[in-house]
Amino acid sequence: MKVRGSIRRRLFLQLSGVAAILSVALFLVVRAVAQRAAEGTQDDILAASATAIADSLRTEGGRVTLELPYSALSMLGSLHEDRVFYRVETAGRTLTGYDDLPPPSDPLEPDRPAFDTYTYRGDEVRAVTVLRNLGTSREFSVAVTVAQTRLGLAAISRRITATATAVGVGFFLLASALSLLTANQALAPIGRLTRAVTRRGPADLRPLNEVTPVELQPLARALNGFIARLRSALAQTEDFIAEAAHRVRTPLATVRAQAELVHRRLDDPDHRRALRELIRTIDESARSAGQMLDHAMVSFRSENLARSRLDLVELVDQICSRLAPAAELRDIEMKRDLPEGPVRMEGDGILLQAALNNILDNAIKYSPEDSRIAVILTEEEREVSVAVRDNGRGFGDSDLAALTRRYARGANTGDVVGSGLGLTIANVVAQAHGGRLEISANPEGGGACVSLHLPRP
Amino acid sequence: MRFLLIEDNPKLSQAIAERLSLDGHAVDRAGTIRAASDCVAVTEYDLILLDIMLPDGDGRSFLRAHRNSARDTPVIVLTARSEVSDRVGSLDLGADDYITKPFDFAELEARCRAVLRRRGGAARNERAFGGAVLDSLRAELRFGGRCVPLRNRELRMFEVFFAAPNRVLSKAHLMERLFSFSDDVSENAIEVYVARLRKRLAGAPVRIETVRGLGYRLVAE
Repeated sequence: MKVRGSIRRRLFLQLSGVAAILSVALFLVVRAVAQRAAEGTQDDILAASATAIADSLRTEGGRVTLELPYSALSMLGSLHEDRVFYRVETAGRTLTGYDDLPPPSDPLEPDRPAFDTYTYRGDEVRAVTVLRNLGTSREFSVAVTVAQTRLGLAAISRRITATATAVGVGFFLLASALSLLTANQALAPIGRLTRAVTRRGPADLRPLNEVTPVELQPLARALNGFIARLRSALAQTEDFIAEAAHRVRTPLATVRAQAELVHRRLDDPDHRRALRELIRTIDESARSAGQMLDHAMVSFRSENLARSRLDLVELVDQICSRLAPAAELRDIEMKRDLPEGPVRMEGDGILLQAALNNILDNAIKYSPEDSRIAVILTEEEREVSVAVRDNGRGFGDSDLAALTRRYARGANTGDVVGSGLGLTIANVVAQAHGGRLEISANPEGGGACVSLHLPRP
Repeated sequence: MRFLLIEDNPKLSQAIAERLSLDGHAVDRAGTIRAASDCVAVTEYDLILLDIMLPDGDGRSFLRAHRNSARDTPVIVLTARSEVSDRVGSLDLGADDYITKPFDFAELEARCRAVLRRRGGAARNERAFGGAVLDSLRAELRFGGRCVPLRNRELRMFEVFFAAPNRVLSKAHLMERLFSFSDDVSENAIEVYVARLRKRLAGAPVRIETVRGLGYRLVAE
């Protein structure tokens, strides 16, 4: 059985196929019945006419006489110019009428009309013959034949065919419409189930409680099982990321703290240099691990964006305050250029913090001592942007678009510790919010400008 | 200053405590929330360093209880978890700041200073020598009715000199206090900073003296 294709179409085609067969049958039956009725009518009139002629036969002096009653022929008159032929014959002699009108092929019984159909003078005719015995002798046995062409009947037959066709087609159309309706109605629960799944938000992993017909219940159960598995897998992922971070960072912190202690106590410059290298390596791995885990968490959360109303000014201000001590350590001045009032928007606060944190952290890392970093929040009609400008080494000749890719680092990062994930994280967050990350040279002299653009509601 | 360090990993806890005492701070250590609660009940601390994952519960529950008890000891959270998941929760619950493990002690110190400065007033951190007063929280040097604002690195260098006046400090020692491990600078940078410090000290009753071949020392006029 074919799996692809549309159930609705298949159901519809099958139902309308049945309807088509029924329509043809209906057409045939209607036509046959009506045809039979029309023919029966002609036969009855022909028989009545022949009987009327037979009734007017008389015997006078051993001879058969006939006063042809014209009413007997006029009753055969019709709208179509059907011609009427008759013949009254006894003992092989024609009393009156058409000599060549063929006698009935079957043997006749008295007073019992015998019907026949044949071609006479180029037209199909229906003929009836009535045998009347006027006496006991064979001489007085008279056969009255009345025949009529069937042009009128053909016209009636055409009308009947037309009507039967109309009935058949009408029935087919009606049945098709009904089968379309039926197919749609039969499939409606599937549509409802689909909408119940697609309508829900990305974070909505509750089981479905849609009322479904018996046939769909296994599907609904399977979906619920799948949702439950997805939920537990997502929860496990989140736990794993948190746990992995904890497991990696705590021992690194211990090693680093101990190394710093030892460094304080060492006098030999070579030993000190070696230990410095050790500490820097620890920092490097901690940073990479941290950013990879952050990236995993950011990607994970981007799939299930937890939007809430937030004030971007407050958020930027918090991040700046939070990173200020790190900047101060290197005498970097952080200048905030924020609007007076709040800038409200919808977004995932944690993700936006992660994005800005990474952008600003990058700026501090790559800035020389005694330099400035400007954080500028601009409100425009359709978007808000947070730009971080530094006086660092910039991105050199790097392909600016490539910097947002995973693990890509600028062409001139030199000795600075980094994993190349900072801008990727910011980019993922920007895109998850329908915005973008722009990287350019600082318009105010050397250095870089990284800006996060977010659409306004 | 008096620190309470709440951290369940004994090795890490010991290393942090030792490192802080090298800088002249007093540190009490607690490995559980219960022990930490006992400590804060009897001692007044200047700063609490709090790990989030503790054997007898979440560090945030300690934080909540601590804030409810109307004590306003500043708290810096030490977190080892992903930056993305933890931070908002702990800041919302009233932590003053957080730092991600592993951390640079210079950064921890800077954060402590920033937190104490933000809290203002209560804690003072001043050292006086030969008629000059170094105010670490306000980042200024006062002498003869004058008040000289200091940049961060200048302040930290003055702190080293004021902590050990009259003692000769080697360039290597000063380097270590001044630059973090990620800074790649030569010892010449120290000369640049000493020159800056001397400029700040213009007219002061103390001065920095070069001890040829050994280093520098802070002496009173």
